[in-house]
Amino acid sequence: MRTAVFISFFVLASTLGEIGVTHAMKIIGEVHSFLPRAILDVIGRAFRQGWMWLGFTLMALSFFAMLALLSWEDVSFVIPATAASYAVGTLGAKFLLRETVNRTRWLGVLLVSVGVALVWMGR
Amino acid sequence: MTAHKTLQPKTVGMLALMLIAGSTGDILLSKGVKQIGELQHWTPDVFLPFLVQVLTNGTVWLGISFLIVCFISYMLLLSWADYSFVMPASALTYVLVPVLARIVLNESVTPLRWAGVSCICLGVVLVGLTPPSTTTAHPDSAAGQS
Repeated sequence: MRTAVFISFFVLASTLGEIGVTHAMKIIGEVHSFLPRAILDVIGRAFRQGWMWLGFTLMALSFFAMLALLSWEDVSFVIPATAASYAVGTLGAKFLLRETVNRTRWLGVLLVSVGVALVWMGR
Repeated sequence: MTAHKTLQPKTVGMLALMLIAGSTGDILLSKGVKQIGELQHWTPDVFLPFLVQVLTNGTVWLGISFLIVCFISYMLLLSWADYSFVMPASALTYVLVPVLARIVLNESVTPLRWAGVSCICLGVVLVGLTPPSTTTAHPDSAAGQS
């Protein structure tokens, strides 16, 4: 039960966190130089975005949940089980954001869900 | 990622760095946390000492370092590549982690778990094949680059 609760929390926090980070990086724009100073500059600019802080905080919370999960379960179980985020993200897009989800995406989500169920059964 | 553009070497390199650093980080994190033991309760008097032990463990910090490299490469990759490309491509982690867990941590990965991992990868690829925007009818909205 606790594993299910923590995986659910991890999935929600990490999915929302990734959305925040993605949004912040799109605001920053494409990175062209990989010199350390340029990368530090990008990181500095990214962390001046509220979206980055929101995303970062949620990802930090998901990290703590991951630590707890890894103390209980095999990593080869925990990481595939977190793929449930694809299903949760799509359900959220459909029912909260009212996005149109086409058949291919539903099939993909179904496969991911079956996969997570198989990983769960193979625990 | 669109069909009319070839995959740039910097995208492949950054993606490889992200996948290898992320998988290695997860393995090291697991190894470090397992050295400490199981978190029995989610109450502050149990969790805080556990967190202190975790954050003073060298293997955990090595894992965190790899995960920071993964996070930075993920951030950089997202600055030019579409999320709809990065998302399915990152599904390779679901294969890499069980493989590394089997080799490095001697974890027993059951055939059912492998079947699940295969299903997940196939599903993520299918999700990635769909256009990023399905709400608006503008064909330009699906155009991206990687």
